[in-house]
Amino acid sequence: MNHPVVIVGASMGGLRTAESLRRFGYLGPITVIGEEAHKPYNRPPLSKEVLANEVTHEAVAFEERAATADVNWVLGTRAVSLDQEHNTVTDSSGMVHPYSALVIATGLRPKRLNLANGDLAGRHALRTLDDAINLRAELTPGADVVIVGGGFIGCEVAATAARLGCDVTVIHHSAHPMLRPLGTELARQMQLRHEAEGVRFLLNRSVVGVSGDSRIREVQIDDGSSIKCDVLIEAVGSDSNTEWLESTNIDLSDGVLVDSAMRAISTSGDFIPNVYAIGDVARFANPIFDDVPRRVEHWNIPTETAKRATSVIAAQLNEDEKLEKLLQDQFKPVPSFWSDQYDIHLLAFGSLSLSDTVTLVAGDVTGECVFEYHRGDQLVGVCGIGMRSVVQSYRAKFI
Amino acid sequence: MIKVEVDMTKCQHYGQCVFEAPDIFRLNSDDKLEYTAEADDSERANIEAAIDVCPMQAIHIVE
Ligand SMILES: Cc1cc2nc3c(=O)[nH]c(=O)nc-3n(C[C@H](O)[C@H](O)[C@H](O)COP(=O)(O)OP(=O)(O)OC[C@H]3O[C@@H](n4cnc5c(N)ncnc54)[C@H](O)[C@@H]3O)c2cc1C
Ligand code: SF4
Repeated sequence: MNHPVVIVGASMGGLRTAESLRRFGYLGPITVIGEEAHKPYNRPPLSKEVLANEVTHEAVAFEERAATADVNWVLGTRAVSLDQEHNTVTDSSGMVHPYSALVIATGLRPKRLNLANGDLAGRHALRTLDDAINLRAELTPGADVVIVGGGFIGCEVAATAARLGCDVTVIHHSAHPMLRPLGTELARQMQLRHEAEGVRFLLNRSVVGVSGDSRIREVQIDDGSSIKCDVLIEAVGSDSNTEWLESTNIDLSDGVLVDSAMRAISTSGDFIPNVYAIGDVARFANPIFDDVPRRVEHWNIPTETAKRATSVIAAQLNEDEKLEKLLQDQFKPVPSFWSDQYDIHLLAFGSLSLSDTVTLVAGDVTGECVFEYHRGDQLVGVCGIGMRSVVQSYRAKFI
Repeated sequence: MIKVEVDMTKCQHYGQCVFEAPDIFRLNSDDKLEYTAEADDSERANIEAAIDVCPMQAIHIVE
């Protein structure tokens, strides 16, 4: 009897891997080990419409498909180590799972601020459903909400909290929120639209401390000032969940380094047989842009990388002669991204943060608009507010 | 035949579905989603791919 394909991480990436294995004709056993107690659910609504209403698993759960009804879900359980030599994963209950192929889909977790007094109540980060449930309970009208980090998640939460009647301040390390991906003109415009909704920005600033009795009451800023705070939300980026792989020779310098077939790469540069990584944790080169491996924290990437990895795994396990040809294929998924803040819907394709020049090409920045992002003379991204058809028409330019 | 349903209270007209199943989904001249509610069985794989890429998880196949 064949060992199962073992997938570690039961979020979108893990789910898409299981579904896609079936689609590529793999009929054998599949085990998914996931630290969270919940079946896979969709994270983006946790900072947007679901956070604004009621946060429940039902509101965000992915629909289950008949093809994956026989998947063995081992939930509320963490993978703690990988034995490459014997092809096994050990979980936090002590169970050893032999695998025919292993897919690492352990994603990211939020970075936290390193604060003296850090055990005061009222600190939050947002990645999981449970995080969102805890945060939702504190977003009451009139609450002083301080968000550290004006990236997409920080700004989405700011918008949601402002609409819920909270008093919102965003502390951000650069001159405008979302500056790095969006560029000055669009970022400044987004800031203005937030300010019109009552959100305050403390820019080129950082947090140096918090104070209170058992709960946070005040946040200290690096210019010597203090602001009132009931709820502190830390949205300052993420770290890869790769500690459980530390005793292996996989290159973990930033997530899991993989080749174009999503096979894990060792520190000496060889691929590791039967070990793959996908989703937010996978670092891969995308020939659309260049040959530099990067992690991509966009929602369409778990699905695209799961498809790529499983086409190879299924061909390998089914001893399909297509395998060699498959491995030669280029893998170049078009990153796609969206963000909803108030009634503003941003849609982007490509990789905006690689750009050095940003140009308005359609519309008006105060209304609907489209920007092109170039690195030298290469188009690397497009982003728009509204004007969907125009933004959409760019996608083909990347393929 | 497959019956397709899009929850229009959820759909944000991102049009990601259009890339996966262009014969079923399109954006009209107002950039709003339009779709064909009944599709041939041969479209199933495309429709499932559209379901996967819909950010709002608004698309369903009703059996
Ligand atoms: C609040 C929020 C809003 C977002 N909004 C957008 C958006 O608008 N647009 C967009 O493009 N993207 C957005 N994203 C990003 C998108 O959700 C991610 O790209 C996607 O969730 C990545 O999926 P994944 O499966 O790779 O990783 P994850 O979703 O991070 O899943 C990894 C899973 O692995 C589990 N795990 C970790 N370690 C272990 C272990 N040792 N053993 C077992 N299980 C483990 C974790 O508990 C987790 O459940 C958002 C993310 C968040 C958090
Ligand atoms: S992908 Fe989903 S949200 Fe976007 S247009 Fe299609 S159904 Fe609507």
